[in-house]
Amino acid sequence: MRWVALLRKELYCYFGTPVVYVVGGAFLALSGYRCYTELNQFVTFGFGLNILENFWAAYFAELASYLLWAVPLITMRLFAEERKLGTIELLLTLPLKDGEVIAAKFLSAVVVFGAILGCTASYPLIIYAFQPFDLEPMVARYLGLGLLTTASLACGMFISSLTDNHLVAAAATLVALVLLWLLTWNEAAIASSAVMILAQLSTFTHYEMFTRGVIDIRDAVYFAFFVSFFLLLTKRMLEARRWKGKQ
Amino acid sequence: MIAVCGISKSFGPTQAVREVSFSVEQGEVVGLLGPNGSGKTTLMRILTGFFPPSAGSATVCGFDVQGDSLAVRQLIGYLPENVILYPDLSVERFLRFCASARGIEKSRRRACLEEVLETCGLREVRGRLIGKLSKGYRQRVGLAQAILHSPRVLILDEPTVGLDPRQVIEMRELIRTLAGSTTILLSTHILPEVSATCGRVIVLDRGRVIAQDTAENLSRRLEGMDRTLVRVRGERKEVLAALGALSGVERVEEKGSAEPGGVAAEIYSREGESVRAALASMTVSRGWQLLEMRPLSLSLEELFVKLVSDGGEEELSRGEGCAR
Repeated sequence: MRWVALLRKELYCYFGTPVVYVVGGAFLALSGYRCYTELNQFVTFGFGLNILENFWAAYFAELASYLLWAVPLITMRLFAEERKLGTIELLLTLPLKDGEVIAAKFLSAVVVFGAILGCTASYPLIIYAFQPFDLEPMVARYLGLGLLTTASLACGMFISSLTDNHLVAAAATLVALVLLWLLTWNEAAIASSAVMILAQLSTFTHYEMFTRGVIDIRDAVYFAFFVSFFLLLTKRMLEARRWKGKQ
Repeated sequence: MIAVCGISKSFGPTQAVREVSFSVEQGEVVGLLGPNGSGKTTLMRILTGFFPPSAGSATVCGFDVQGDSLAVRQLIGYLPENVILYPDLSVERFLRFCASARGIEKSRRRACLEEVLETCGLREVRGRLIGKLSKGYRQRVGLAQAILHSPRVLILDEPTVGLDPRQVIEMRELIRTLAGSTTILLSTHILPEVSATCGRVIVLDRGRVIAQDTAENLSRRLEGMDRTLVRVRGERKEVLAALGALSGVERVEEKGSAEPGGVAAEIYSREGESVRAALASMTVSRGWQLLEMRPLSLSLEELFVKLVSDGGEEELSRGEGCAR
């Protein structure tokens, strides 16, 4: 269980620097504000038959869009920083397998987002205190959000392993996630069939059913594939850079 | 302990290391000597499993650096060239991370940590962030992580660069105390460094081994002659003539005038002849004053010029026999 040491070190690096607090603070401030105003709007104008359910679907779709900027800011340092500092030499000469290094780094980012998303759970709990609602769909929504976040993190970590520059990693991850997100916009539905097929590959498409409180096993499987694919790519990237002798 | 067999490494079109072979026995301290860009760091990175060689093979304690990379990495302690460590971690936290990542049992971690903090003189900075430490301290932290798990093989890439003179002496002493129980391979481009710490030198130039021997043998073999620098106060012509007439002296070269009324000269004498005793009594009997007399050895620059110009090719063609 040596990789646990690396996980602990990664977490210490995350929580020992301001990045996590800034990103987490911004995420909670935005989501808190939108939760309140959006709820007000739904209650005032009474959209649909089940106002609260419709509100949650809209609110979780919005939460997902915050991942677009939050994920790149967290994943950008994972490998890019090690390369930039040169500490990658130390890391890769420790008796740890590449897979263990990747697992530890990935899990540390997942834990960071677990903490941030965990804090957002206080909003539904507060609402529940005033107006009880069905909790099962809420579990599905958080499961979906967790899967979407994990998938985005895997993609971000892979991009971070490509470069030794934080900003390049962050910018490229942002573009990749925004592109996936744009595919779920209505414009994709009326475009050519190629775009529609692409839209089916988007993580945000597969997240949509979760926001309505529905767990579809196909969506879950899709996320599992997406995450494994990018973890595997990251591993290949580490190996390739070893062979090329790049830092 | 370390056996390197025909290793080459190229980065795209550049060949950093070309067919290097050598071996290091248990408990030896061997210096890799060479100018910048001669392939020292590349060779060390291959041995530590940071990247694989393009051709050839190497084993550490019988484990292949490619096939058994994890086992090799477990046995080795490595101080990279630019010891840049995680700046956001404190010294103690960083070393604790290394201890657990290297699989030191929980019960022994505390003791190991205290021991290296003591050995490397890091007690007073244990709680400081690595990013805030001076270069000398960072180098010590780098060394501390390398010896933390009492490795059987220690690979040090330019261990004394950036240290102040006192720290250089401490580092050399530390290396000497570790020698014997630990096999040490260190790289440097400073010749005195090698003679101070290493039993044997491997000289690299443009990725090839051009010589390997003890430091003294190497300079003697190349020289074929002993050199002595003398400064004598006396009549210039007479002094030079008298020096040349001493038995065993082959050649006298004047080295500029040291001070008014003095002569500075370099004397080349046949190996083994004790010119110095004769020289001292000669100056006294003539009534001159002997101001300075010391044996000279080759500087690194001269050594390289020598090796590359004549010894190198011959050494290369002879190569180092290695069992395949």
